[in-house]
Amino acid sequence: MHVSTLEYAPGKKIKKHLGLVQGSTVRSKHVGRDLMAGLKNIFGGELKGYTELLHDSREEAMGRMVEQAQAAGANAVLNIRFSTSSVAQGAAELYAYGTAVVLE
Amino acid sequence: MADLIVFLVLLALGYGTGRYAEHRHYKSILEREDKLRPIPAVATKLAPWGDPAPETQMVAGNVVISVDYFKRFVAGLRNIVGGRVMTYETLLDRARREAILRMKEEAKALGSHIVFNVKIETSSISKGRKNAVGSVEVLAYGTAFINPR
Repeated sequence: MHVSTLEYAPGKKIKKHLGLVQGSTVRSKHVGRDLMAGLKNIFGGELKGYTELLHDSREEAMGRMVEQAQAAGANAVLNIRFSTSSVAQGAAELYAYGTAVVLE
Repeated sequence: MADLIVFLVLLALGYGTGRYAEHRHYKSILEREDKLRPIPAVATKLAPWGDPAPETQMVAGNVVISVDYFKRFVAGLRNIVGGRVMTYETLLDRARREAILRMKEEAKALGSHIVFNVKIETSSISKGRKNAVGSVEVLAYGTAFINPR
Protein backbone atom coordinates (compact mmCIF):
# COMPACT_ATOMS: atom_id res chain seq x y z
CA MET A 1 0.00 0.00 0.00
CA HIS A 2 1.38 3.33 -1.10
CA VAL A 3 0.65 6.10 1.43
CA SER A 4 1.55 9.70 0.87
CA THR A 5 0.72 13.26 1.88
CA LEU A 6 0.99 14.33 -1.75
CA GLU A 7 -1.97 14.58 -4.10
CA TYR A 8 -0.24 12.50 -6.74
CA ALA A 9 2.34 9.75 -6.98
CA PRO A 10 5.50 10.74 -8.87
CA GLY A 11 5.80 8.89 -12.15
CA LYS A 12 2.54 6.99 -11.72
CA LYS A 13 -0.88 7.65 -13.17
CA ILE A 14 -4.04 7.53 -11.12
CA LYS A 15 -6.43 5.13 -12.80
CA LYS A 16 -9.39 5.47 -10.49
CA HIS A 17 -10.53 7.52 -7.51
CA LEU A 18 -12.34 5.57 -4.82
CA GLY A 19 -13.20 8.43 -2.50
CA LEU A 20 -12.39 9.25 1.08
CA VAL A 21 -11.13 6.63 3.49
CA GLN A 22 -10.67 7.24 7.18
CA GLY A 23 -9.55 5.66 10.39
CA SER A 24 -9.77 6.86 13.93
CA THR A 25 -9.04 5.74 17.45
CA VAL A 26 -9.93 7.19 20.83
CA ARG A 27 -7.33 6.65 23.50
CA SER A 28 -7.19 7.41 27.13
CA LYS A 29 -4.10 7.75 29.24
CA HIS A 30 -3.74 5.54 32.30
CA VAL A 31 -3.29 6.56 35.90
CA GLY A 32 0.40 5.75 36.15
CA ARG A 33 1.22 7.87 33.17
CA ASP A 34 -1.04 10.60 34.44
CA LEU A 35 0.84 10.65 37.71
CA MET A 36 4.14 11.03 35.91
CA ALA A 37 2.66 13.74 33.73
CA GLY A 38 1.48 15.55 36.84
CA LEU A 39 5.02 15.54 38.18
CA LYS A 40 6.40 16.68 34.86
CA ASN A 41 3.97 19.57 34.95
CA ILE A 42 6.07 20.93 37.79
CA PHE A 43 9.49 20.24 36.33
CA GLY A 44 8.88 20.63 32.61
CA GLY A 45 10.36 18.51 29.85
CA GLU A 46 9.23 15.86 27.40
CA LEU A 47 6.50 13.42 28.32
CA LYS A 48 7.94 10.32 26.65
CA GLY A 49 5.03 8.12 27.68
CA TYR A 50 2.56 10.40 25.94
CA THR A 51 4.75 10.77 22.89
CA GLU A 52 4.79 7.01 22.48
CA LEU A 53 1.11 6.62 23.25
CA LEU A 54 0.12 9.15 20.60
CA HIS A 55 2.55 7.70 18.09
CA ASP A 56 1.12 4.20 18.54
CA SER A 57 -2.45 5.46 18.39
CA ARG A 58 -1.77 7.32 15.19
CA GLU A 59 -0.30 4.15 13.66
CA GLU A 60 -3.49 2.38 14.60
CA ALA A 61 -5.67 5.07 13.02
CA MET A 62 -3.54 4.83 9.87
CA GLY A 63 -3.85 1.04 9.93
CA ARG A 64 -7.63 1.29 10.02
CA MET A 65 -7.61 3.76 7.18
CA VAL A 66 -5.41 1.45 5.10
CA GLU A 67 -7.72 -1.49 5.85
CA GLN A 68 -10.66 0.51 4.57
CA ALA A 69 -8.73 1.41 1.43
CA GLN A 70 -7.84 -2.24 0.82
CA ALA A 71 -11.46 -3.25 1.25
CA ALA A 72 -12.38 -0.72 -1.42
CA GLY A 73 -9.84 -2.26 -3.78
CA ALA A 74 -7.32 0.58 -3.69
CA ASN A 75 -3.58 0.18 -3.86
CA ALA A 76 -2.71 3.65 -2.60
CA VAL A 77 -3.93 6.37 -0.25
CA LEU A 78 -3.01 9.89 -1.27
CA ASN A 79 -3.25 13.28 0.40
CA ILE A 80 -3.28 11.90 3.93
CA ARG A 81 -4.07 14.30 6.76
CA PHE A 82 -4.09 13.84 10.51
CA SER A 83 -6.27 15.53 13.04
CA THR A 84 -6.42 15.36 16.81
CA SER A 85 -9.27 16.34 19.09
CA SER A 86 -9.93 15.85 22.76
CA VAL A 87 -13.38 14.37 23.16
CA ALA A 88 -13.44 14.15 26.95
CA GLN A 89 -11.13 14.92 29.76
CA GLY A 90 -8.19 12.56 29.55
CA ALA A 91 -9.18 11.06 26.20
CA ALA A 92 -8.10 12.10 22.76
CA GLU A 93 -9.29 11.12 19.32
CA LEU A 94 -6.69 10.61 16.63
CA TYR A 95 -8.04 10.70 13.14
CA ALA A 96 -6.40 9.98 9.81
CA TYR A 97 -8.03 10.45 6.42
CA GLY A 98 -7.04 10.39 2.80
CA THR A 99 -8.16 9.61 -0.73
CA ALA A 100 -8.12 6.00 -1.86
CA VAL A 101 -6.97 5.55 -5.44
CA VAL A 102 -5.90 2.86 -7.83
CA LEU A 103 -2.46 3.51 -9.29
CA GLU A 104 -1.37 1.92 -12.50
CA MET B 1 1.99 29.98 55.61
CA ALA B 2 2.64 26.33 54.76
CA ASP B 3 0.81 26.85 51.49
CA LEU B 4 3.03 29.76 50.65
CA ILE B 5 6.16 27.74 51.34
CA VAL B 6 4.95 24.87 49.13
CA PHE B 7 4.11 27.34 46.41
CA LEU B 8 7.51 29.01 46.57
CA VAL B 9 9.33 25.67 46.58
CA LEU B 10 7.37 24.50 43.53
CA LEU B 11 8.04 27.79 41.79
CA ALA B 12 11.76 27.55 42.46
CA LEU B 13 11.85 23.90 41.39
CA GLY B 14 9.97 24.69 38.22
CA TYR B 15 12.22 27.63 37.44
CA GLY B 16 15.43 25.69 38.04
CA THR B 17 14.63 22.39 36.35
CA GLY B 18 12.50 23.98 33.65
CA ARG B 19 15.26 26.34 32.60
CA TYR B 20 17.83 23.60 32.71
CA ALA B 21 15.66 21.31 30.59
CA GLU B 22 14.96 24.09 28.10
CA HIS B 23 18.61 25.02 27.82
CA ARG B 24 19.64 21.44 27.21
CA HIS B 25 16.84 20.90 24.74
CA TYR B 26 17.75 23.98 22.71
CA LYS B 27 21.36 22.88 22.62
CA SER B 28 20.40 19.46 21.28
CA ILE B 29 17.96 21.02 18.77
CA LEU B 30 20.61 23.36 17.36
CA GLU B 31 23.14 20.55 17.08
CA ARG B 32 20.79 18.22 15.27
CA GLU B 33 19.43 20.98 13.03
CA ASP B 34 22.96 21.59 11.84
CA LYS B 35 23.44 17.90 11.15
CA LEU B 36 20.15 17.52 9.27
CA ARG B 37 20.46 20.70 7.19
CA PRO B 38 21.25 18.68 4.01
CA ILE B 39 17.71 17.24 4.21
CA PRO B 40 15.33 20.17 3.71
CA ALA B 41 11.71 19.88 4.78
CA VAL B 42 9.56 22.00 2.50
CA ALA B 43 5.88 22.88 2.47
CA THR B 44 5.63 22.78 -1.33
CA LYS B 45 2.91 20.52 -2.65
CA LEU B 46 4.08 20.18 -6.21
CA ALA B 47 7.44 18.51 -6.25
CA PRO B 48 9.57 18.39 -9.36
CA TRP B 49 10.92 14.96 -10.13
CA GLY B 50 13.20 13.52 -12.73
CA ASP B 51 13.29 10.27 -14.59
CA PRO B 52 13.23 7.62 -13.16
CA ALA B 53 10.65 8.84 -10.67
CA PRO B 54 11.67 8.67 -7.01
CA GLU B 55 10.13 6.35 -4.47
CA THR B 56 8.02 8.12 -1.88
CA GLN B 57 7.47 7.26 1.72
CA MET B 58 5.46 8.98 4.40
CA VAL B 59 7.45 10.15 7.41
CA ALA B 60 6.27 11.64 10.69
CA GLY B 61 7.62 12.85 14.00
CA ASN B 62 5.79 13.77 17.15
CA VAL B 63 6.63 15.07 20.58
CA VAL B 64 4.75 15.95 23.76
CA ILE B 65 6.29 18.63 25.92
CA SER B 66 5.05 19.68 29.29
CA VAL B 67 5.12 23.15 30.79
CA ASP B 68 6.70 23.64 34.20
CA TYR B 69 5.26 25.27 37.26
CA PHE B 70 7.14 28.51 36.75
CA LYS B 71 6.05 28.94 33.13
CA ARG B 72 2.45 28.38 34.06
CA PHE B 73 2.67 30.88 36.88
CA VAL B 74 4.16 33.55 34.62
CA ALA B 75 1.51 32.84 31.98
CA GLY B 76 -1.13 33.24 34.68
CA LEU B 77 0.25 36.65 35.56
CA ARG B 78 0.26 37.59 31.88
CA ASN B 79 -3.41 36.77 31.74
CA ILE B 80 -4.08 39.78 33.91
CA VAL B 81 -2.33 42.41 31.82
CA GLY B 82 -2.32 40.71 28.43
CA GLY B 83 0.49 40.67 25.88
CA ARG B 84 3.08 38.18 24.72
CA VAL B 85 3.49 35.05 26.79
CA MET B 86 7.17 34.42 26.18
CA THR B 87 7.28 31.31 28.34
CA TYR B 88 4.75 29.52 26.12
CA GLU B 89 6.31 30.80 22.92
CA THR B 90 9.56 28.99 23.63
CA LEU B 91 7.63 25.88 24.65
CA LEU B 92 5.84 25.69 21.30
CA ASP B 93 8.95 26.60 19.37
CA ARG B 94 10.84 23.75 21.00
CA ALA B 95 8.06 21.28 20.34
CA ARG B 96 7.73 22.21 16.65
CA ARG B 97 11.42 22.09 15.96
CA GLU B 98 11.77 18.78 17.78
CA ALA B 99 8.90 17.23 15.81
CA ILE B 100 10.42 18.38 12.51
CA LEU B 101 13.80 16.99 13.56
CA ARG B 102 12.30 13.61 14.37
CA MET B 103 10.57 13.55 11.02
CA LYS B 104 13.83 14.38 9.28
CA GLU B 105 15.64 11.69 11.23
CA GLU B 106 13.13 9.16 9.98
CA ALA B 107 13.66 10.45 6.43
CA LYS B 108 17.41 10.19 6.83
CA ALA B 109 17.14 6.60 8.00
CA LEU B 110 15.27 5.84 4.77
CA GLY B 111 18.03 7.38 2.68
CA SER B 112 15.91 10.34 1.61
CA HIS B 113 17.30 13.74 0.65
CA ILE B 114 14.17 15.91 0.84
CA VAL B 115 10.75 15.91 2.47
CA PHE B 116 7.82 17.48 0.61
CA ASN B 117 4.41 18.76 1.65
CA VAL B 118 5.19 19.03 5.34
CA LYS B 119 2.22 19.65 7.59
CA ILE B 120 2.45 20.57 11.23
CA GLU B 121 -0.30 20.01 13.70
CA THR B 122 -0.44 21.26 17.26
CA SER B 123 -2.81 20.17 19.96
CA SER B 124 -3.01 20.60 23.67
CA ILE B 125 -3.50 17.08 24.90
CA SER B 126 -3.97 17.51 28.58
CA LYS B 127 -5.41 20.48 30.28
CA GLY B 128 -4.62 21.07 33.89
CA ARG B 129 -6.70 22.79 36.49
CA LYS B 130 -8.84 25.69 35.34
CA ASN B 131 -8.22 24.71 31.72
CA ALA B 132 -4.61 25.85 31.86
CA VAL B 133 -2.34 24.31 29.26
CA GLY B 134 -0.65 21.26 30.74
CA SER B 135 1.26 19.95 27.76
CA VAL B 136 1.31 20.39 24.02
CA GLU B 137 1.71 17.82 21.30
CA VAL B 138 3.17 18.65 17.93
CA LEU B 139 3.04 16.31 14.98
CA ALA B 140 5.01 16.98 11.82
CA TYR B 141 4.46 14.80 8.77
CA GLY B 142 5.36 14.80 5.13
CA THR B 143 6.43 12.72 2.17
CA ALA B 144 10.07 11.78 1.79
CA PHE B 145 11.51 11.37 -1.70
CA ILE B 146 14.00 8.58 -2.12
CA ASN B 147 16.01 8.56 -5.31
CA PRO B 148 16.25 5.16 -6.97
CA ARG B 149 19.77 3.80 -7.15
